[in-house]
Amino acid sequence: DRGPPSPSPGDTSVLAGLYGPVEVKGSKELPDRAALEVLLRPKVGLPGVMERSREQLLRRTCETVVLGVLHPRTAITLVLQVLSDAGSLLSCCLNAACMGLLDAGLPLASLFCGITCALDPHGAIILDPTTRQEQDARAVLTFAIDSAERKVLTATTRGSCSVEEMQQCLVAAQRAADTIFQFYRDSVRRKYSKS
Amino acid sequence: DEDGERLRLCAGVAPRGRLLCGPGLQRCAAGLLVTKCGLLRHRQAGGSASGGAYWVDSQQKRYVPVKGDHVIGIVTAKAGDVFKLDVGGSEQAALSYLAFEGATKRNRPNVQVGDLIYGQFLVANKDMEPEMVCIDSSGRSSGMGIIGQDGFLFKVSLGLIRKLLAPKCEIIQELSQLYPFELVLGMNGRIWVKAKTVQQTLIIVNILEACEYMTAEQRKQALAKLSKN
Repeated sequence: DRGPPSPSPGDTSVLAGLYGPVEVKGSKELPDRAALEVLLRPKVGLPGVMERSREQLLRRTCETVVLGVLHPRTAITLVLQVLSDAGSLLSCCLNAACMGLLDAGLPLASLFCGITCALDPHGAIILDPTTRQEQDARAVLTFAIDSAERKVLTATTRGSCSVEEMQQCLVAAQRAADTIFQFYRDSVRRKYSKS
Repeated sequence: DEDGERLRLCAGVAPRGRLLCGPGLQRCAAGLLVTKCGLLRHRQAGGSASGGAYWVDSQQKRYVPVKGDHVIGIVTAKAGDVFKLDVGGSEQAALSYLAFEGATKRNRPNVQVGDLIYGQFLVANKDMEPEMVCIDSSGRSSGMGIIGQDGFLFKVSLGLIRKLLAPKCEIIQELSQLYPFELVLGMNGRIWVKAKTVQQTLIIVNILEACEYMTAEQRKQALAKLSKN
């Protein structure tokens, strides 16, 4: 029930560990589905408010794909450890979470991937920006795209952009999602070809 | 036709009769949904009624109780007339003291906390606590019950257990030519081994654990080296 490390855009890498379905402690028990918990540990220091808000975002995204109704009154814990951060951390966490869920064999309705887009001051779209590009950008948008129909599961924005620009970023992200899903498929194929 | 997301199950005529949808597949409004990643397998129809079975062979380590599975459980508590067993799932399984061969209210089985029990699931679904028994439907134990003293219990992935339980498994045949040993395989990933000496037991344990990652060639080489010593 553990997951593999994630793919890294550049030098960002996150290690995902998945535990579940296991017994759940008293109050957290949900009578009809599994209680999903995400723990995000930064590379240095204690988890702060930023980590908590990212954990909630990841939890809500994972809850839409995990078929929790098959395991009521259990807990599924996803622990993400940031190994290095060179930009696009949230989308890296989303990818690591999905690969962890896939590797652990939890029942999923579809896969998802995370893509970060940055809008630089000139209005050009940069996919998977580095930390420097994120800081200089006018707006940074992160999308979680699902694999079945390339729909948006989660969208989060830092900065300001117009609706048209957001739509353009979304289209670019949906196209880039194909590469990531192909990567998932290739990794799984490699894993199963060994046995 | 096949794209990244949708796969047609059979190229020609649709199969007649009922199709069994096994682990890794779920029925949903739009048809069959694949819920786990792995190799899609198909077994041809046995009788005329069923149209065959499809399932996904996935690798995982976490066990989820399934009715009819034979598992190795560790006794954790005795609560009145019921033993609580840890089977590696999300809940502990219950085993009544009457569910042993030849057990009556006066003749109770001698089960202590920490004992190993090999039994099968009578009740195992997502809504209820799993229940185990050590007798089959005709009241005989057929190999189930308390596992004896000594021996070594260890955990492997579920895929390896299924490989070992396949008929005419090469690994077990090759190992049995090495030393005589007793082996109990639980579908929850637990294996219990007992050989004549502690050293032989540990050798067999190491080979079984390594079988997960070794190819057949590497395994034959390792066994050849051991049988020379």
